[in-house]
Amino acid sequence: MSMLRVEDLGVSISTISPLSGVSFDLERGEIIGIVGESGSGKSLTAMSVMGLLPLIGGQVDHGKIEFDGIELTGISENEYRKLRGGRIGLITQNPMTSLDPLKKIGPQVDDVSRLHLDHDKSQAKARTIELLGDLRIPEPASIYHLYPHQMSGGMKQRIVIAMALAADPDLLIADEPTTALDVTVQAQIIRLLGDLVKQRNLSLVLITHDMSVVAQTCDKVMVMYAGTAIERGRVQDIFKSPRHPYTKALIGCIPHGLSKTVRLKGIEGTVPGVAQYPAGCRFHPRCGLAEDICKETVPAFDTAGSRAAACHFALGTAQ
Amino acid sequence: MTSAIWNRLSGVAALRAFSSAIGMLAGGFLILLLLVAFLAPWITPFDVATQNLANANAAPGWPHIMGTDEFGRDVFSRVVYGARTSLSVSATAIGISVSVGMLLGAAAGYFGGMFERIVMTVVDLTWSFPDILIALIFVAIIGPGLTSTTFAIAIAYLAQFTRLTRAQIVRLKNETFVEATINLGATPVHVVLRHLLPNALAPVIVVGMLAVGDGIVLEATLGFFGLGAQPPTPSWGAMMSSGTAQLFIAPWVIIYPGVAVAITVIAVNLFGDELVRALDIRDRVRS
Repeated sequence: MSMLRVEDLGVSISTISPLSGVSFDLERGEIIGIVGESGSGKSLTAMSVMGLLPLIGGQVDHGKIEFDGIELTGISENEYRKLRGGRIGLITQNPMTSLDPLKKIGPQVDDVSRLHLDHDKSQAKARTIELLGDLRIPEPASIYHLYPHQMSGGMKQRIVIAMALAADPDLLIADEPTTALDVTVQAQIIRLLGDLVKQRNLSLVLITHDMSVVAQTCDKVMVMYAGTAIERGRVQDIFKSPRHPYTKALIGCIPHGLSKTVRLKGIEGTVPGVAQYPAGCRFHPRCGLAEDICKETVPAFDTAGSRAAACHFALGTAQ
Repeated sequence: MTSAIWNRLSGVAALRAFSSAIGMLAGGFLILLLLVAFLAPWITPFDVATQNLANANAAPGWPHIMGTDEFGRDVFSRVVYGARTSLSVSATAIGISVSVGMLLGAAAGYFGGMFERIVMTVVDLTWSFPDILIALIFVAIIGPGLTSTTFAIAIAYLAQFTRLTRAQIVRLKNETFVEATINLGATPVHVVLRHLLPNALAPVIVVGMLAVGDGIVLEATLGFFGLGAQPPTPSWGAMMSSGTAQLFIAPWVIIYPGVAVAITVIAVNLFGDELVRALDIRDRVRS
């Protein structure tokens, strides 16, 4: 059974629909990368899974979100609260501001296991210190007593990861976990996440806009553009033979080596705003292959199967 | 050992208010005043209520260092006991005001919607009247006395703390760490009590501190009108009120309590300013 299965997910916020047609599934022990430019709906997908849409005044419009066999659309806020931080952990984008500045970091991690695992104070503390050690934080027992402002960004991100792991979740969602960190620390954190998935047999949804991170760590990938999924598949397949022109262009943007003669190709134009999504295929104004049909008909995106591309002129053949 | 204790204490930001000359002086005076109020029975040479008409309106000298009033009572003893009344009434009132205001403001700021609209409308309505008017109306309704003075002052300052707390909460609730806490399954009560209120506390403490000064003036004003402490309970306001009658024959009866009010309020305000500096919250204390 899939750990997480999202089928034809659509989200609406008052009258606009910033997200539609997102489908993917994720087995235990797998990592799926969700990639796309800013504003393509990656974070919104994560928020939908976490049931946090009411915070921004949105709701799931259609589609299904199935977590370990439980249908999440329509469960009560109380049931959701038990899952959040309990069976589903979220690693937030900016570790600098994700910790309460007034509380020591140890007790902040404790709160999670006390809430979800009913640990008492000393059990929670022991668990936190063990967890910090697992995350390769030196001297966890003394780090426990530090305030967030006394730590570096990479350290804080590890604390945020510790908080997400504190209740032993089955699914982790990491929303651009390395965006705010410098490059060397980014690599460490990504490697750490990959190791955690193996050690703990977790499932991980890794949201990023870095194709090379996806290539290194993920098993599956879903590419998003302008609030919709456009291609999905196993990482090797996608990188070897991308079927959607946008995916192909994105892969073309990854720098290879230090060759000075080859200029990186960009993609002409910008992502349309949520109010100006074009009719038909949303990528057609920027697509080199676009024909009349692309301006009128929305290309289908298979909800089942491991490989799908939402394009009328999908490159190669479906497997 | 002592240096370890000192290091720990200097970590408490509020104590840095004592680091400047003004903070040291004002804070020192306030601590002295608190001591005087606590130790009043042991440092007053005369009973505050015992009359000695033969020695009425005696000029300052020995043994009455601040003279006596129209009933021959020792002004120094009454000023000392007056400190007790003023400080306890003002501090209790502001304490009530801060606690209730913080809860109201936090609930309004966090939950928003209709509840916030109702609370803020009432608060803004009372905010548009002068504090003294609100206090007078309430004393007029529940009758004079120390208890009603306390509640009247508490109600008069409620609007201020509700507004201030709400402003803090509205600013804080969009911070990432609050979202992160919700992501981890925290209930609204946990978010408000454990994360939002502690982060909103610093400016509220400082404004509360400054309000204690205003509360002392308000208490003295109500006392001056005869609506506060009832005789023979000594209070600075009531003493000044009775002092007006013999302003020209025994000016010390009105001068000493007046000076006591003035110095106390100045000290509270100066120390409050130093607190603002020490906690580095200058831009957050305005509601």
